[in-house]
Amino acid sequence: MFSAPVNRIIPFSSVDGPGNRMAIFLQSCPFQCWYCHNPETINMCVHCGICVTSCPSDALHLIDGKVVWNSSACTQCDTCIKICPYHSSPKITWYNVTEMMTKIAEVKPFIRGITLSGGECMNYPEFMQGIFTQTKKMGLNCLIDSNGYRLFSEYPELMKVCDGVMLDVKAVNPEFHLQLTHHTNENVLRNLDDLLLMGKLEEVRIVVLPGYDAHNRETIIYVAEHVKSHVKIKLLTYRPYGVRKEGLEKLGISMPSEKTMESYRQLALESGASDVIIL
Amino acid sequence: MPNAYEIITDTLLTYQQQVINLAKLGENTDTTIPYNPEFKKAIEEGDICDLFEGALPYRPRYIAPDYKILMEKGSAFLELDPPNDIWEATNALMIMYRHVPSVTTFPVYLGALDELLNPFITDEKEAEKAIGLFLLNIDRTLNDSFVHANIGPRDTLAGRLILRQTEKLQTAIPNLTLKYDPELTSDEFASLSASVMLSTAKPSFANHRMFVSEFGERYVIASCYNGLRLGGGGYTLPRLRLNNIAKRAVSIDQFMNEILPHYVDLMNEYMDQRINFLVEKSSFFKSNYLVKEGFLNQKDFIGMFGLVGLAECCNTLMHVSDSNQGYGHASNVDDLGVTIIQHLDNLVAKHKAPYSENSGDRYWLHAQVGIEKDGPDSSPGCRIPIGSEPEIYKQIKHSTRFHKYFPTGIGDIFRFDETWKKTPEALVDIIKGALNSGMRYFSGYCASNDVIRVTGYLVKKSEIAKLDRKEAVMNDASVLGQGSRDLAHAFDRRVQK
Repeated sequence: MFSAPVNRIIPFSSVDGPGNRMAIFLQSCPFQCWYCHNPETINMCVHCGICVTSCPSDALHLIDGKVVWNSSACTQCDTCIKICPYHSSPKITWYNVTEMMTKIAEVKPFIRGITLSGGECMNYPEFMQGIFTQTKKMGLNCLIDSNGYRLFSEYPELMKVCDGVMLDVKAVNPEFHLQLTHHTNENVLRNLDDLLLMGKLEEVRIVVLPGYDAHNRETIIYVAEHVKSHVKIKLLTYRPYGVRKEGLEKLGISMPSEKTMESYRQLALESGASDVIIL
Repeated sequence: MPNAYEIITDTLLTYQQQVINLAKLGENTDTTIPYNPEFKKAIEEGDICDLFEGALPYRPRYIAPDYKILMEKGSAFLELDPPNDIWEATNALMIMYRHVPSVTTFPVYLGALDELLNPFITDEKEAEKAIGLFLLNIDRTLNDSFVHANIGPRDTLAGRLILRQTEKLQTAIPNLTLKYDPELTSDEFASLSASVMLSTAKPSFANHRMFVSEFGERYVIASCYNGLRLGGGGYTLPRLRLNNIAKRAVSIDQFMNEILPHYVDLMNEYMDQRINFLVEKSSFFKSNYLVKEGFLNQKDFIGMFGLVGLAECCNTLMHVSDSNQGYGHASNVDDLGVTIIQHLDNLVAKHKAPYSENSGDRYWLHAQVGIEKDGPDSSPGCRIPIGSEPEIYKQIKHSTRFHKYFPTGIGDIFRFDETWKKTPEALVDIIKGALNSGMRYFSGYCASNDVIRVTGYLVKKSEIAKLDRKEAVMNDASVLGQGSRDLAHAFDRRVQK
């Protein structure tokens, strides 16, 4: 039975795909984006114990060399996350497929589908396939929210039970992508083409970065020319909330203006896209 | 009850509110109906509440006229011919509303407005203006939040114009319900309704299939969320205060076998007395034009057996002191709640109710929403106490265990944050799921809006602020909202993010 570390489950989410959905966030991500809003999802806990002594609610304990989280004592003050030097969280729960299916069954009548997100959920493809195989049978729509680090074409069985992928394209320029995320974008761009061909590209998300106009333009034009009118593009406004120091130093604390965002939307439309929204 | 001098010198009351209060004072000097001293004692001790219906009923509590008759035949008494266009139709309705009584003196049911008005629409722009003025007139002249209109289940242009103007006007009156059936109501119309609900706290969603299975097609939603027969209404509505009654019990067995039956008997006797008087002696069913012209049929009235405070009742009987650990959170406490309601339903069903031949000769249960004087230790009907609500899906599932027992009204309210305004279709997913799971009535509102839902009715926060500044306001329910805010934390529901 496959299992995965879960950072968070949102039983009712209206922002992780169409309609009301359960969104499941799996822990760990190969990318380390400057603007990551949830840096505590990047790495697995190394059980250093630094958070244990800082917890004001005595909800963390070091037992047999492992940090153990007591969810009922936790007040969700997030002191542990702020203090963690490893971009991780002690508040991770491992679920196997059966356990996760019990959680999903509880809300099944009220949701249109589920979204597996992260972190980078594609770090756990077997777990995902196990979940989707069952949720698909229940008539639920099954979406993946991914940074495109792993090639979807290598997981044909998973793709059979997946209705679509919401793909982040962080940057098209390879060097800039490397700086921005600490990884190359070769697979991301291949996934963009592969998913389009498979008919499994649900939407593409691009974060508009302040002070990087040339890169913003290059990425938007590339994506729009590829997806044309087939797929929705979401232009996400950079927001400094939750961004760690390293990112703030590069991107600052101000957001792109509504006017700027609208001009990028127009650019996408001029480049062939027809469904472009600003968030 | 304040005396005449107090009513007449109260600067917080409008003229109309003074007239209503003085009439009640006069009515209550009558001693014709020999109410049981035990019943009076139960009222004084807070075990039963008569909801201030007055000593001698001269009209049923809730009246739901069949306004279609006005559209088709006009009214001899009102000297109105059948209307020919949207202006005549809205004008005829406004005239008739003035002549539809109720416990509040205002009409608690305004009709299936979309069905009534849709045939008169020839020009969309003109119709929208007429409907906008009509809704404005209702808000400014029928100054009571229990005034209630219905739309749906079918998607009509009139329905859309009503929703559009409702959103534009941002008024607390009228209360509005969408009769919702995913098979009859388009997704688009449901989404539009959800979107208006997030901006104006209305319409609420009624489980159309469920109501039709109990009442047939001819049902209405009136007042707060009361299911009643079209062309009929509710005779009377007293309520058991289960939270207080439970304190008298030494054990669950004694509560079930002695205490509950005793109070059910008192309620039944009281309801019998009032309904007998209303039908046999008062002039209403003999001479009122609504009856004579067929807008109402006495046989379609129902006696409503109300209750409040099931949550606190269960917690008391199970010795739960922390409301976050009891009713709504612990399955054994919830199971007791279901057992109590089943038992109560059986007790009520055993009694042969007078003049209830179309209602199976019985009184029908109603989960009353509470009144401001109930205070924080008495939750509405079968609801989980405010401040102790679990996650929304758990709250919905909890609701569905109880809703089937209450055809004449039960519902729950959910407060959403701003982000849901962008995705009304996601909210419709939740509502669909809730109704399919057996929920009867779903209300929602957005935390940040001026118009909000208190317990079953709507108020404007800006009107309550006026009351706080000691200024009189038009809506006579605003003072109730003020009380519920101050005494029952009714504005502090959990926000769904």
